[in-house]
Amino acid sequence: MSAVVSPIREPLIEGGKSYHQITEDLVGPTEKVPGFSWILCMAISLGLFTLGIVSIFWTIFFGIGTWDLNRTIGWGWDITNFVWWIGIGHAGTLISAILLLFRQKWRTGVNRAAEAMTIFAVMCAGLFPVIHMGRVWLAFFIFPYPNTRGPLWVNFNSPLLWDVFAISTYFTVSLLFWYTGLVPDFATVRDRASGIRKKIYSFLSFGWTGSAKHWQRWESLSLVLAGLATPLVLSVHTIVSFDFATSVIPGWHTTIFPPYFVAGAIFSGFAMVLTLMIITRKALNLEEYITLQHVESMNKVILATGSIVGVAYLTELFISWYSGYIYEQFAFYNRAAGIYWWSYFGMMFCNVISPQFFWSKKLRRNITFTFFMSIFINIGMWFERFVIIATTLARDYLPSSWSYYTPTWVEMGIYIGTFGLFFVLYLLFSRVAPVVAVAEVKSILKTAGDQYVGANATHTHHDRQERATHIND
Amino acid sequence: MKKQNKEVLYGLYNDEEILLDAIKVANKDHLDIMDVYTPFPVHGLDPLLGLEESRLHIAGFVYGALGTLTAFGFMTWVFTRDWPIIFGGKPYFSAPAFIPITFELTVLFSAIGMVVSFYTVCGLGPGTENPTLDDRITDDKFCIAFDTAAYSNDQLSKLKDFFKQTGAEEVNTKMI
Repeated sequence: MSAVVSPIREPLIEGGKSYHQITEDLVGPTEKVPGFSWILCMAISLGLFTLGIVSIFWTIFFGIGTWDLNRTIGWGWDITNFVWWIGIGHAGTLISAILLLFRQKWRTGVNRAAEAMTIFAVMCAGLFPVIHMGRVWLAFFIFPYPNTRGPLWVNFNSPLLWDVFAISTYFTVSLLFWYTGLVPDFATVRDRASGIRKKIYSFLSFGWTGSAKHWQRWESLSLVLAGLATPLVLSVHTIVSFDFATSVIPGWHTTIFPPYFVAGAIFSGFAMVLTLMIITRKALNLEEYITLQHVESMNKVILATGSIVGVAYLTELFISWYSGYIYEQFAFYNRAAGIYWWSYFGMMFCNVISPQFFWSKKLRRNITFTFFMSIFINIGMWFERFVIIATTLARDYLPSSWSYYTPTWVEMGIYIGTFGLFFVLYLLFSRVAPVVAVAEVKSILKTAGDQYVGANATHTHHDRQERATHIND
Repeated sequence: MKKQNKEVLYGLYNDEEILLDAIKVANKDHLDIMDVYTPFPVHGLDPLLGLEESRLHIAGFVYGALGTLTAFGFMTWVFTRDWPIIFGGKPYFSAPAFIPITFELTVLFSAIGMVVSFYTVCGLGPGTENPTLDDRITDDKFCIAFDTAAYSNDQLSKLKDFFKQTGAEEVNTKMI
């Protein structure tokens, strides 16, 4: 449009795209028969998912005793994985909601895939508390419904119940936000399709026509949903941290937990977005839409949130010493030098030291380095949750009940199974819907396309002004 | 929106800037535009078409307030009237502990309410099939549509002149 863009802004869409070319490039992958690599990935993912189903079935059939949890360590891999997956989900909402409020144009390249990742990650996360309950067939007891036992209501003062509300709200709102964004793009797919595909996309696109009034309401809806999702995403991980912070366990009972958990969630979420986007942009030839500029922006977020997480770790250590409370001091001594010292080391190395490499612009723009880094960060953030949960529980107040915990194959199988579920859903999504938001990318073309901004711009702002006055004459 | 048996005269433009200029011309000539269809939200279009700001956000606020009252009221009723239980020596009416769920339901009610309102007022929904003028409108064409019933025959030729003058790529009529 006629907005003036600073000449130092780098283009976000490369290759001198026209509107039609954008449609071709982004909708194209949904119209082709999947290639061999997609089928191979799908087969592997389905295999992992099957292992997960077998493990869950095993757990339910033989009972929770097939896990290695004990009286001292009541939360192990299950809750670690739950917090880890929920954290990963947070980047999607951050990109789609917070960056929309901040008017960051680079969000348009990655928001669709990141939101999909959020929804799939929350599905994986939700699985763990449900099967952790043991008797899954009574899982509906967590909802406050009128019942014949009084009615006996759920405990609204419990952080575990807050979690139920937070996560189900988060899932619903993310899904609505994501689908509302998809409707115009499904209409684009519909109008290019024929036969049975046209019927399916006709149904999915809800009869979208692109009327001016509809677009106006659509933008209004997106903005308010973004405004709602922003405090929501902060509240979700805050409430997850309350699961720990409202207890009286040393190492958990700290006020730093909410901001520290939220920063950690965004940190790990962006790492997962990068892992996925680096593969997706290569596999679907989207390098001109998810550019080095996008990767660099995300690496900057990783650097910022990673440093916040690092400061939080050090603050925790300092406060435990400064509190003068021996149980608190022991909890942190035990994390760093106790039986699970290796997980603390993994956490510190992956989360605090490794993101500091991103101070270098050269490394921020290096795809291979970023890819390995994103894997490191995800491992580090998994260790963080394991450190907080298992290490803390293993050494509680009473030395007589101290214990050690290693997962059984069933617990590992469920975790691996969630990867299967996640990738099955993501692979399906990448074939059914445009992985980059088509309409939103078109709307930033005139301010972020490389023919309009950057070193190789051919249409300058001045040219367009002149042409506009010419037409008015 | 069902099939309304309306005959529509429409022109397709290649660029949103040409479209905006064309609408300015139409406004100057007092032409009554039925609707404008675009592949993405075009900024600056609403004031030219005289569209009022959407009131969806007001609805969102009302739904949100309803969620706040529902959640807080329900928890208060349960813990002070229906089945009072002491948790950890805290008062029955422990308002701070009600805040997280109150917040979540505020967001949930507001989001669901707004989305449902959005699809309802736009006449969109699963399985709805609204007639479209051209398949390329969701790709790269920008469309101005006139309802021919409001125009006499010589006025229609004036509309065609308007399209030609303002740089429309194609001009067609279609029953929708």
